[in-house]
Amino acid sequence: MADYTIKVRRYQPESGEPAYWEEFNVELDPSLSVLDGLLQAKDRDDGSLAVRCSCRAAICGSCGMKINGKSGLGCQTQIGEAQEQADKMAAIGGKTAAEASSPVGALADNAGVHTGGGTATATNAPIVIEPMGNMPVIKDLVTDMESTHWTKIRRVTPWLLPHGEPPEREYIVEPESMVDITQSMACIQCGACVSSCLSMEADPLFIGPAALAKAYRFVGDPRDAETTERLTDLAHDPHGIYDCTHCFSCVDACPKGVAPMDQIMRLRRKAGENGIEDPNSGHSHEMAFVNIIEKKGTLDESLLLQESFAPGVLGKLMPTKRAIKEMIGSLPTAVRGIKTGKMRSLPKLIPGVHHKLPGGAQDEVKAIYKHAEEHNEEFNLYIKGEEGDAEAAVEERLEPDSADYLPTAGEKEA
Amino acid sequence: MPSHDVLVIGAGLAGQRAALAAAEQGVSVGIVSKVHPVRSHSNAAQGGINAALNPDDTWESHAFDTVKGSDYLGDQDAIEIMAREAPEEILHMEHLGVTFHRNEEGKLGTRAFGGASAARTYYVADITGQAIMHVLYEQLMKYSEQITRYEEWFSSSLAIDENGECCGVVTRNVADGSMELFQAKSVILATGGSGQIWKPTTNALICTGDGIAMAYRVGAKLMDMEMIQYHPTTLAGKGFLITEGARGEGALLLNKNGERFMEKYAPNKMELASRDVVSRAEQTEINEGRGFPDGTVALDITVVPKKRIHEALREIVLVGRDFAGVDITREPIHIKPGNHYTMGGVKTDVEGRTDIPGLYAAGEVACVSVHGGNRLGANSLLDTLIFGKHSGRDAAARALRTDWSKPSGKVLEDEQAMIDDISGREKGSGRRVSEIKLELGQTMDAKVAVFRDEAGITEALETVRRLKEEAKTAYIDDHGSIFNQDLLGAIELGYMLDVAECSCIGALERKESRGAQYRTDYPERNDEEWLKHINLEKTEDGPEISYSEVTITQWQPEARTY
Ligand SMILES: Cc1cc2nc3c(=O)[nH]c(=O)nc-3n(C[C@H](O)[C@H](O)[C@H](O)COP(=O)(O)OP(=O)(O)OC[C@H]3O[C@@H](n4cnc5c(N)ncnc54)[C@H](O)[C@@H]3O)c2cc1C
Ligand code: SF4
Ligand code: SF4
Ligand code: FES
Repeated sequence: MADYTIKVRRYQPESGEPAYWEEFNVELDPSLSVLDGLLQAKDRDDGSLAVRCSCRAAICGSCGMKINGKSGLGCQTQIGEAQEQADKMAAIGGKTAAEASSPVGALADNAGVHTGGGTATATNAPIVIEPMGNMPVIKDLVTDMESTHWTKIRRVTPWLLPHGEPPEREYIVEPESMVDITQSMACIQCGACVSSCLSMEADPLFIGPAALAKAYRFVGDPRDAETTERLTDLAHDPHGIYDCTHCFSCVDACPKGVAPMDQIMRLRRKAGENGIEDPNSGHSHEMAFVNIIEKKGTLDESLLLQESFAPGVLGKLMPTKRAIKEMIGSLPTAVRGIKTGKMRSLPKLIPGVHHKLPGGAQDEVKAIYKHAEEHNEEFNLYIKGEEGDAEAAVEERLEPDSADYLPTAGEKEA
Repeated sequence: MPSHDVLVIGAGLAGQRAALAAAEQGVSVGIVSKVHPVRSHSNAAQGGINAALNPDDTWESHAFDTVKGSDYLGDQDAIEIMAREAPEEILHMEHLGVTFHRNEEGKLGTRAFGGASAARTYYVADITGQAIMHVLYEQLMKYSEQITRYEEWFSSSLAIDENGECCGVVTRNVADGSMELFQAKSVILATGGSGQIWKPTTNALICTGDGIAMAYRVGAKLMDMEMIQYHPTTLAGKGFLITEGARGEGALLLNKNGERFMEKYAPNKMELASRDVVSRAEQTEINEGRGFPDGTVALDITVVPKKRIHEALREIVLVGRDFAGVDITREPIHIKPGNHYTMGGVKTDVEGRTDIPGLYAAGEVACVSVHGGNRLGANSLLDTLIFGKHSGRDAAARALRTDWSKPSGKVLEDEQAMIDDISGREKGSGRRVSEIKLELGQTMDAKVAVFRDEAGITEALETVRRLKEEAKTAYIDDHGSIFNQDLLGAIELGYMLDVAECSCIGALERKESRGAQYRTDYPERNDEEWLKHINLEKTEDGPEISYSEVTITQWQPEARTY
C-alpha cells in the first residue's frame, strides 16, 4: 500500500463552470492501476467523477486518457510507475520551468501542476490525469469518440468486401497473412493513438491512425477483393495515408502494439506497389522527410517543401511549374505548422541555418538507414514478441564487439 | 417513442449475432447497449470457440464432451443443436472476415482445450472474442440501414402489455439522461453475465446481471442459478484471467513443492480436465498447505516454445507483464481459482424463448441449458452465436405475425419515480453504493464459491437480504443528467442483489455435489434426487422454487472421471 495524489482535470457540463483541477488522495498497492486509483476516488469520495471503464484489463478499450501528459489506458498504467514518471517530470519541470520551449512546455496545461503548483520537489508530485486529446470532452474523463473516432472508422468502409459467393468451406489463405493482419485486428478502438496524433492536431480531418490501421486490416486481408479501390481512395484523399508525418506518437501511445504508423506505412507501400498515383504529393513529401533525415540526421523543415516538390539537385535548379505551384500552395500549412509548434520557428526555415548533426551521430543515422534498407523488417509482435526480447536480441549481437565490454575475472582466466 | 420489430438489449456476441439474424429476416431491428458495443465483455474471451469442423471430428463427440462437462445437467436437445450447427457457424464467421488462425495448408487450425476429446478450438491468437466481436460490429456498421444502434443507452426495465407479453423496454440515454420507452414486438435480452456479484472476478465491471434481474422482475423463470464457474487460472486478488489456451498449449500446474498435482486428481486429462475439477484440485492443494503463501499455485508456461507463446498467447504475455510483473516466457506465474461464468440464467427453450411471450434471451444471460453444472472452455462463445442466431430468427418471425401493443402500466413514469427516489436521497442517509457492492462481493466469494456448505450459504443469503434493505437507502453523489454513472451503479446494485439472492437459494436447495456446485456437506452426486434443474420465480417473499426435467437424448448419466 502507498499513498498517491491524483490530480484530475474535471469538467461538469451541467455546472456551467469551466474545466478545473481536483486532487484526490488514494491509497493502493503500487502494482494496481491508475484506473483503480480513479475508481477508489469515485467509490470513496465523489461518485460523480466520470470515467469510462469496464474490463480493467486493457481489452475493452474504454479507459483511454492522458496520464502525465501521455495518452494510454488508465487500467494498463500501474500507479506506482505513473508516480515515478510524475516525479521525474516534476524534477525536469523544476529545472526547466523557465524555458517555455522545453519538452515539458508542451504540457503547458499540466505545467501548473508541476511548476506553478509548487510541487516540483521531485517526490510525490501528483499524477496528472486528463481526458484524451483531439476529442471534445463530454464530462470529466469521458470524451466524444463518436464524432472524432467512429466517424473516421466508418470512413474506411470497415467491413470485408469479398469477391462473389463465399467458398463451401473456409477461404484458404497463407497462414502468415492472417498473423500479419491480426496485428491491426488487435486494435481495441481505445483512441489513445488519435489522442496523441500530431497530424490530427494540425488537420482534424486527417483520417487518423486508428482508422487507417483498420483500413490495413482489409487491405492486407487476402479475402478482400477491393484492395485497389481501398488504396486509391486512401491515397487520393488529401487527409488520407500521406497526411501522416511519421511522428511515432501513435506507436508510443498504443496499448496493444498495433503500431498504427507501421500499418500506414504498409498502406503506402502497397499503394506504391500498385502504381496508385498520389495526387497530393504525399508520397514525395514522405520521401523528402526520409531523404533529408538521411542527409542531415534531423529534420530540416526548410528543405522539406523544396525536396517534396522538386527533389534533388536538378529540382533545385529547375523547379517545374507544378512544383512551384504546390510549394506556394503549401505555405499556409507551413505557417500553421509553425503556429501549432509542429515546425520550428521561421529562421529555421531558411536553408543553411539548420545544421547537420556532428559527424559521428550523422554516421549512425546513415547506418540505421542502411540497416533498415538491408533488412526491410517490420515490427509485428505476433511474430517477434515483446520489446524485451528484441532488446535482448540486440544486446546479444552487440556485446562481443562493444567497446564497453569488459571481460569478467573468470573469463580473463579462461 | 423509438420502435422496432425486434429490439435487442445487449451488444456482445449474442446480441450482435441476434440483431444480424433478425435483420436477415427483413424486420426492423434496434440494438441497445449500455456501453459502446465493442466494449462489451465478449471481447475478453481469449481462448477460442469450439466446433467439430475437422473431418476427423464428429459433432457427437463435441456434444458428448459437453454433456459430460456439464455433469449431466445440460439439456441434450440444446447441446445437440449447438454441436451440430457449430461448424457452419464458424465458417460463417470466417466468411464475414474473422482472422482465424491457419495451419500450414492455409486452412483453419485448432488448439486443445479443457474437457474436450479432440483439439477443436478455433482461435485468433488469444483475442478470439475480440476478433469475432469486432467483425460482427463491422457487419452492424455495414447494415446500419436495417439495424439502428443505440450505443451507450441503459435499459432498466421491461414493459409488459395487458396480455402478459413483452412489448418494450424502458431505456435511458447515458449521454443526456433522457428516458424513453422503446416499443418492440419481440425483445431479446443479451445482457451477459453477473460476475460482479463476486469479488474478485474475471468479469468486467459491466457484468452486473441486469438482464437476469429484469426478466426475473417481470416473472420469467430463472434456472441453474447455483451453477457458478470458478476458472482455474486467475491472478490472485485482481481476478485477471490466464486463458485455458495456455494449458492447451502445454503449460503445467505445479504446487509449491514443484509437484504436478493434477496427476492425483485427473490422471488422464491432467491440466486439461474440466474446469470445476481443476479448480477443486487447486483449492484442495491450497487448503491443505501445498500452495504458496499468497494462497496460489503456479502455472508454468515456460515449457511452451517461445515462438508459439508470441504467436498464440501474446495477450497473456501482456497480462503477465502489466498486471503481475511476471515474464511468463521466463518464469511461472501464480494463479488461483476465481469467479468466471454464470452457467444459470433466464430459462429459455432452444429458440431462446423465455416463459414470457415476446421475451427472448441468448448468451450468458440465458440458460438453455447447454452448460448445465459446468461450462467447457470455448463453448460459451459458441453458445452466444448459435442461440443468438436462433433467438434473432424466431424473434423476427414472431414480430412478423404480431401487432404492436402497449404496456399495461405506466412503466416510464414508474421508472422515473424510481430514479428520482435514488437521486433524492441525502448524502449520509445510508451507506455508499460502493460499500454495499464490496461487502456483497466478498461475502459471495467467501461462501458461495468452489466449496460450499449449508451454514456458509445461509450466512451469505442473510447478508444479501440485509444488503437489499440497506440498498433502499444507499445514496449517490451525482444528481445530474449527463453521463450519470453513479445513478446507473445504484440501479445495477439492485440487479446484483436480486441475482445473488437467487444464486444463494439455488445453492442451498441443491443438496448434492454436481459440476460447479460442490457441497462439502453433500459431497456426492445424487442422480436419483437431483438430476433436475432448479427453477426460481419471483414472489413477494422472494424466489419460489420449482423443478424441471433434464432433457436426455442419447447419453445416460455416468460417473465422471478425467
Ligand atoms: C476473461 C474471460 C475469458 C473468456 N474466454 C472465453 C473463451 O475463450 N471462450 C468462450 O467460449 N468463452 C469465454 N468466456 C466467456 C464468454 O466471453 C462470455 O460468456 C460471452 O462473451 C458472453 O457474451 P454475451 O453476448 O452473452 O454477453 P456480453 O458480451 O457480456 O455482452 C453483454 C452486453 O449487454 C449489454 N448490457 C448489459 N446490461 C445492459 C443494460 N442494462 N442495458 C443495456 N445494455 C446492457 C452490455 O453493454 C453488452 O453489450 C470468457 C469470459 C471471460 C470473462
Ligand atoms: S505517426 Fe502519423 S498517424 Fe501516428 S501519430 Fe504521428 S502523424 Fe499521427
Ligand atoms: S491502434 Fe492502438 S491506440 Fe489506436 S485505437 Fe487501436 S488499440 Fe487504441
Ligand atoms: S477498462 Fe477496459 S481498457 Fe481499460
